[in-house]
Amino acid sequence: MAEYKRPESSEDFHKNFAQKKPLMNKTEAFYESSRCLFCYDAPCVTACPTGIDIPLFIKQIQTGNAEGAAKTIFDKNWFGNTCGKVCPTGVLCEGACVYNHQDVKPIDIGRLQNFATDQVIKSKKEIFKPGKDNGKKVAVIGAGPAGISCACELRTLGFSVDIFEAKDKPSGLAVHGTAPYKITNKEVLDEVEYLQDQLGFSINYGKAITTKEQLNDLEKDYDAIFIGVGLGPTAELDLPGVDKENVIGAVEFVEELRMTEHKVKVPDSVIVIGGGNTAMDAASETARMGANNVILAYRRSKEEMGGYDFEYDLARNAGAKGLFNVQPVEITGNGKATGVKFIKTESRNGKLEYIEGSEFTLDCDLVIKGTGQAKLVDFFSLIDGLEIDRSTRIVVNGESFQSGNPKYFAGGDAVNGGAEVVNGAYDGKQAALGIENWLNK
Amino acid sequence: MADLSINFAGIKAPNPFWLASAPPTNSGYQIMKAFEAGWGGAVWKTLGVPVVNVSSRYGSVDYRDTRMAGFNNIELITDRPLADNLKEIEEVKKYFPDHAVIASLMVESRAEWEQIIKDCENAGADGIELNFGCPHGMCERGMGSAVGQEPDVLKTIVEWVMEAANIPVITKLSPNISHIVDPGRASVEGGTDAISLVNTFKSIVGIDLDSYAPYPVVDGAGSNGGYCGPAVKPIALNMVKELAQDAITKDIPISGIGGIENWRDVVEYILLGCGSVQVCTAVMHYGFGIVREMEAGLVQFMEDKGYETIYDFKGKALPNVKEWKDLNLKHKVVAEIDGDKCIGCELCYISCEDGAHQAIGLSDDPDNRIPFIIEDNCVGCNLCSLVCPVEECITMVKRDDGTEHVTWAERTANNDIPTTFNDKRAGGLGHYVPEPSLALKNGKKK
Ligand SMILES: Cc1cc2nc3c(=O)[nH]c(=O)nc-3n(C[C@H](O)[C@H](O)[C@H](O)COP(=O)(O)OP(=O)(O)OC[C@H]3O[C@@H](n4cnc5c(N)ncnc54)[C@H](O)[C@@H]3O)c2cc1C
Ligand SMILES: Cc1cc2nc3c(=O)[nH]c(=O)nc-3n(C[C@H](O)[C@H](O)[C@H](O)COP(=O)(O)O)c2cc1C
Ligand code: SF4
Ligand code: SF4
Ligand code: SF4
Repeated sequence: MAEYKRPESSEDFHKNFAQKKPLMNKTEAFYESSRCLFCYDAPCVTACPTGIDIPLFIKQIQTGNAEGAAKTIFDKNWFGNTCGKVCPTGVLCEGACVYNHQDVKPIDIGRLQNFATDQVIKSKKEIFKPGKDNGKKVAVIGAGPAGISCACELRTLGFSVDIFEAKDKPSGLAVHGTAPYKITNKEVLDEVEYLQDQLGFSINYGKAITTKEQLNDLEKDYDAIFIGVGLGPTAELDLPGVDKENVIGAVEFVEELRMTEHKVKVPDSVIVIGGGNTAMDAASETARMGANNVILAYRRSKEEMGGYDFEYDLARNAGAKGLFNVQPVEITGNGKATGVKFIKTESRNGKLEYIEGSEFTLDCDLVIKGTGQAKLVDFFSLIDGLEIDRSTRIVVNGESFQSGNPKYFAGGDAVNGGAEVVNGAYDGKQAALGIENWLNK
Repeated sequence: MADLSINFAGIKAPNPFWLASAPPTNSGYQIMKAFEAGWGGAVWKTLGVPVVNVSSRYGSVDYRDTRMAGFNNIELITDRPLADNLKEIEEVKKYFPDHAVIASLMVESRAEWEQIIKDCENAGADGIELNFGCPHGMCERGMGSAVGQEPDVLKTIVEWVMEAANIPVITKLSPNISHIVDPGRASVEGGTDAISLVNTFKSIVGIDLDSYAPYPVVDGAGSNGGYCGPAVKPIALNMVKELAQDAITKDIPISGIGGIENWRDVVEYILLGCGSVQVCTAVMHYGFGIVREMEAGLVQFMEDKGYETIYDFKGKALPNVKEWKDLNLKHKVVAEIDGDKCIGCELCYISCEDGAHQAIGLSDDPDNRIPFIIEDNCVGCNLCSLVCPVEECITMVKRDDGTEHVTWAERTANNDIPTTFNDKRAGGLGHYVPEPSLALKNGKKK
């Protein structure tokens, strides 16, 4: 039995996708900030990929200086508000909080972060200024977390920045990918608008860079180029029957869900194939859209899933069921998928083996492929000298984020193969410093 | 960007954040680390005659989960050789010529004072601070608070020092005295360039219930200690204000000390007239890193208010610190409860009912735990708003229209002093008190 009623209106939708980390009120922020110990060499800071000075911003909240707290946060992470909501804090900062060692609830760092950043975003309080114009221009391809962060940092350093974005909205998968119960579209977009208003970079929407010619023009017009294109659509699955109607990719499903909310039609029975965070998000989200019977099918064991435990728990609590050690062998049905045929598997000495004669078929009305995103190989091949590793990730210098072609810098999912918003934010900022070092030193 | 630099009685520093003379300034190592972290000055741990310390030296007052809300110690002045300290002062000044290094001193005879001052000047100290405050150990030997409590002796020593010293002299006062202005005036009359206060307060932070000795327990016994930390700030602030408003001491630069931990504390001390602040306990608790919160907060405050230097707001609260008799008796506030925020703890009710003026009522409906204010009885004392655990739930709202202004001083001058109690002429706030017998039948709720 599904726990969720099918959402008929935007209101229903937001009820089913109620925020996991709602905004703190002043009283909650007061008590929670009072608990922070102001640790020396705080492990929470070490655990944050962007190294936000967490004890400092919490103490600033405590002393009534929420604006100073917001500045402390954005100083290290231009997606400070989004990250407070979408970061897997339980395995990052909050997971490292010293209180865990004595079974005391860790500090609610993500929500305290939002308490501070939300205030300045809502009040449109100006806390940043662009740097003095240094006469240099940088093009950024992709307005995702990596691209926007790079642009923000470059503006504070005095570069002029133009972003080219294929879609009609900024922030990439932060708005098109993350689960709606983590953050609302408005929250993601407001943060970018807040930054753009203060720092003044341009974003050219509907401007995909896909040809050699376009790249030549960029190379001519700009002193450096940052690649923040992320990953591509859901990777193709080599499986008989995948081309049937109602077999869709998880990333595409999530994007449609985020953009059209309650209008997405999700049938009763759904099978999601995969064991990563995206697969778990899709399972969780279809269940919240009112599907009665959602199965998350993964070919290895529960312990071997790539996704976080807490994401699996979220999916299960939403009503999805996990099915492990099952390998899909065919999508059945006549033109339209009506089920998935699986074979049972077993791990022997780390090797996945099929159990002969164990095939079975489960019925469904929708198959979602949560099998990872493809890499943008075609795009990469347009750039001379760009070095690509065996997993088709752009190879960059670990500090400067400069690629094999010195004019190009890169960061985010295109470089790490798919991580979190916070990693894109870090990479973009570092790349900006790399560009500054390369052009101005 | 706000300019935090100061010139304190001729001692220059990049900012007003100084370390107080105490364990954090024991060594050149610590002070250099502190300057790197952002502190603008340091008063070296008091130099003087040779001493030995006991083991087990600190005690604290933990208020619920807040550790060290108050802190006490039975430590003496530095137990490191003078020559080592002098050598390190010289070294610190080499690395940090623009930071303030002040030598705190405590010796006995005139000759000793003259010698140690010369030594510190030779080492390159930017100023000296006279420690007349230590309330344990040293006073038994005729130094520290033994001097701080005797204005005449204090004045004489300051005179000796002023004759000998070529660098600015700060006199650090002991708060263990009922009228802080007395030693303050004595030091000014002795010629001091500046005053710092407070040193620690005589204290017993608690008694160990097994050994029956005060904390910290030294082999089954204890001694009174010196109290400091957040708990002493209000008393220290008042002492600062007394000096900043006194006719004789008001123009002397003051370095404020006592319970400073965050930017708000710093701003408060400056608003009461301080030109620099000193910190000990907060650093002993959290390390030098806390200065980053103080600095960010101070800068933010100054930018918000449009101040360029700390001199733009130094002493700005002083005109508003008045004597009671000059307060407006016509000002009236009453409490207001925001029912949407109330969580129904009923602490406001019981605090007003049992501890104040019976001006809060409870609903007859057992499901409604939101109290209500009985405005006729409310004298505007603030108690409920202070006990309420919810931010901005109980607010004090103004009820007078702001047109009337009468003070006790004015009434006295007009010979308009009330002659009976509850006299409306007393300011008009006589309030309702229930019959005593009502207490017997009155349960919390009927
Ligand atoms: C379903 C899903 C859920 C997720 N949930 C979370 C989560 O809860 N928490 C979290 O921290 N992270 C989550 N992530 C990961 C996170 O969203 C990404 O790691 C992050 O957005 C990567 O940032 P990026 O800037 O590198 O790339 P992207 O966000 O992918 O942005 C790339 C941008 O470049 C544009 N672009 C691509 N090619 C071109 C081109 N040729 N020309 C112009 N523009 C182009 C794209 O349209 C896009 O706007 C999730 C990802 C997915 C798929
Ligand atoms: C352990 C300890 C040792 C101290 N030693 C000295 C000292 O040697 N000389 C001195 O002038 N004050 C000394 N003090 C007092 C501090 O300098 C300071 O005046 C006092 O602690 C108040 O500030 P605080 O509330 O920030 O701690 C000492 C304080 C402590 C806690
Ligand atoms: S580890 Fe926890 S208690 Fe320590 S500084 Fe970080 S949030 Fe505060
Ligand atoms: S704080 Fe340091 S010196 Fe003091 S008791 Fe602990 S270990 Fe010993
Ligand atoms: S103290 Fe505050 S929260 Fe508690 S009952 Fe009174 S108004 Fe409500």
